[in-house]
Amino acid sequence: MQLSVFQDAFVTALQDAPDTTRPDWISALLGQPGFAVYRNSGRKAAIDALRANFPSIEALVGEAWFHGAAQTYLSAYPPRDGRLMDYGDAFPAFLQGFPPAAELPYLHAVAALDRAWTESHLAADAPVLAPDWMATLTADTFTAAQLAPHPAAQWRWCDDHPAFTIWQRQRNPGQEHSDDPIAWRAEGALLTRPEGAVQWCALPAAGAAFLDACAAGASLADAAARAMTAEESHGETHGDHTPVDLSALIALLLTAGALRSPNLPTQTETA
Amino acid sequence: MAAHLTAGLGLKAEHYADAHDCAEAGLWWEVHPENYLADGGPRLAWLEAIRARHPVSLHGVSLSLAADAPPDVDHLAGLAALVRRIEPALVSEHLAWSQWRGIYQPDLLPFPRTQEALLRVADNIARTQEALGRCIAIENPSHYLQLPGHELSEPDFFQELVRRTGCQMLLDVNNVYVSARNLCGTSPEAVERYVAEYLSCYPLHAVAEIHVAGHHADPVHGEALLIDSHDAPVSNAVWTLWQRVIALTGAVPTLIERDAELPPFSVLLEERAPAHAALQGAAATGRAATRQPEAAGVFAPDIHQTEPCN
Repeated sequence: MQLSVFQDAFVTALQDAPDTTRPDWISALLGQPGFAVYRNSGRKAAIDALRANFPSIEALVGEAWFHGAAQTYLSAYPPRDGRLMDYGDAFPAFLQGFPPAAELPYLHAVAALDRAWTESHLAADAPVLAPDWMATLTADTFTAAQLAPHPAAQWRWCDDHPAFTIWQRQRNPGQEHSDDPIAWRAEGALLTRPEGAVQWCALPAAGAAFLDACAAGASLADAAARAMTAEESHGETHGDHTPVDLSALIALLLTAGALRSPNLPTQTETA
Repeated sequence: MAAHLTAGLGLKAEHYADAHDCAEAGLWWEVHPENYLADGGPRLAWLEAIRARHPVSLHGVSLSLAADAPPDVDHLAGLAALVRRIEPALVSEHLAWSQWRGIYQPDLLPFPRTQEALLRVADNIARTQEALGRCIAIENPSHYLQLPGHELSEPDFFQELVRRTGCQMLLDVNNVYVSARNLCGTSPEAVERYVAEYLSCYPLHAVAEIHVAGHHADPVHGEALLIDSHDAPVSNAVWTLWQRVIALTGAVPTLIERDAELPPFSVLLEERAPAHAALQGAAATGRAATRQPEAAGVFAPDIHQTEPCN
């Protein structure tokens, strides 16, 4: 039998879907108890990977609910390669359209933070822009400077839910104030990897807009302008406008290790 | 590189710090490269730190050498970069397939060992060795199915792969035992016939690494179906078979695989100690304890090369 014919038929049989064109030899394999070993092992490995990559979701919905969602996801979005540590890039969007998740409208936004953790964890290494970088700027260099997010920096803004607070409580169970009521408001999160392990902190709307602008290649002046616009827009929507303190915002990003500098002298960088 | 590899252990994230600091003689660590094919970050940093103190083996699970298609070019490039970065003592993969038409089946799937499959697998091994610039060792998988259409026995298939590509062998003793039980039944005579014939035809001269692991009986089918689960200590039957193998091969570096139900680090070291002592003893009395592969960059075979490189 041609190898590719065997592999097409075997993969179809692994799916466990009704198949009226199933050849006799595949039916004979399915009749052996050992076939289930292959079917179960592959599914378990993929679902275990999804479980490892979305720990906050399983903690929120429980093992049985998660398993059902993971099985449906696996059918629609099977792994594409052997790097299962990276499996699940489409899981947040899948949850957003998953009917059983309709009662948990924040779930996809929390999943997006689990995914952000994975992307930060696996991202390239690069020098972090030193916290004292601002002191090296002059009035001339300030507006022309261009900042780039660090490869391991991930930021998410959620307009509708306090996704960051919910996510953080799953990641740090038992921390102080973890039983306090959650204020239902828009939230942003910044994840960075300054010293090997992924860390996170809250990010204002201005910070998310600033990093979006930096990632798009905007100058520091442009990024600052967009940050202010975002904060004003957020303030009008939510009635809690506070003026942007650009120095404080950049200090927050520098302290978190969210920035690298591709076009500044290397003496301002630390490894 | 340490001069003598004896008994190695699978590296788990839970044991990074202990693994790094451990100073046992002959110890080496094996990892699945798929868990380290990251652009950067703490996984690679840990692996490099451990590699600075111990020999490391890269044991792939997803190259899909037995798929009827060449290995994924991006995956090979990533693996080659990791090999350059880590300079592993050993690199290995399975005689199995998992990647097919753009989808990864996270398992080591079987196939009929035909002459056509032999050509394909030999070509895929040659492509891999060319991309990595070194030999790789090929592991026998556990079998759970009576497949139709085999034209070659598994040992004969391996003999041909060694002859055609110069690849090395990774002999998984637990997989031989599990396959014997699943394909031939529980009778000790039938298992012995399978094992004896397997070892008499297998390319023992090319063995660069041995695996042993724990298995368990299937919860539904019991002893009639053994699962290569890596979640228990190595069984006595497998240790006995291992001793028989190293009496034939000499002291070949041996990995104790443990992937689930992970015990404390000290328990893994206790299980390792007798294997280390046996390999050290065998090395002292006979064949050298290491069959080191060619250093990275030395071996760059033509894709159609038929002469062994080791």
